[in-house]
Amino acid sequence: MAHDVITEKPKEFKIVPTSAIPLVAIVYIGLIIAIATNRLWALDFFHVVGGACWTAIDLFLGFVIGPIIGTMSIPARVEFSKKFMPKMVLLMPTLVIATLAGGWQLARHEGFILSSDKHHPWVVASMIVVGVMAIIALGFLEPANLGVLFELKKERPNGEVIAKLMKRFLYTAGLTGAMQVATLIIMTRIATL
Amino acid sequence: MKKKLPPVSEISVLVLALVVAGGVYLAAHLPKHVSLVPTTTLVALAAIGVLVNLYLLSQIKGFDWEKFFLVAKWTLLAYGLIAGALEYIFIKDGTKGSVLTLMSATLVIFALNLPIHFGFTVARYSDKVS
Repeated sequence: MAHDVITEKPKEFKIVPTSAIPLVAIVYIGLIIAIATNRLWALDFFHVVGGACWTAIDLFLGFVIGPIIGTMSIPARVEFSKKFMPKMVLLMPTLVIATLAGGWQLARHEGFILSSDKHHPWVVASMIVVGVMAIIALGFLEPANLGVLFELKKERPNGEVIAKLMKRFLYTAGLTGAMQVATLIIMTRIATL
Repeated sequence: MKKKLPPVSEISVLVLALVVAGGVYLAAHLPKHVSLVPTTTLVALAAIGVLVNLYLLSQIKGFDWEKFFLVAKWTLLAYGLIAGALEYIFIKDGTKGSVLTLMSATLVIFALNLPIHFGFTVARYSDKVS
């Protein structure tokens, strides 16, 4: 269909914002040092800060930004996506790995992963929730994100493909946002047991 | 009109689910000695899934392999690093023997499955797919 093809030539943009890679490297190096030294504060820092950012972004994207994008025209979505999606390519995996690696070491440091510990059932519940979120994020959300970016790179991006993949991206972001509510309940329960 | 492609994405998501389920099952029972049969079964099924996907990919004609490998190689690098970091954590935590072997196999499958999934998802929408 002719109206599904965006005829305006897209402006150049980077799928992976290479200028942000040093920042990502700093986070990874800090995380490895925190794990290697097994210091409680450092592990807590990576888990809490990473988790807070991850949760807040998922909730904001799923329940605030997502519905707004859903009402925007295709050209407006394209313009937004070109600026927004590349940032997500580096940001989300970094936040997720900092949260999970920091959290696992923290739970081990505090003995929460021992099946005899009173926190253990909640830790297992959080593993299940995170596992389902990982399947959604890596199975649907991230490929949709990449698909949109590569479509936007084309000489003549297909609006239908972009709309389809963006819809998938936003639905899955909403779903992970809803699951983050479960994470918040579990984490506050662990902290107060 | 674009031709129908094999269910590579669907199998990749299934592989991911099997790997995650195996990992969570094992992690939930640490440090107790637990039967490795459920996780071994899940990991073996996941490995079969990756092999099936490789076969299905090899059967596709007129695919945008350039784009597939472009995405797959960078995904392999990124998730290979993440899998390496997780392997380091397991070793540092004193995981050894058959549990470490199983966890390593899980990470290898995880790091190989995602490049196939991401590469296929991007390449399937390419204009070069006939």
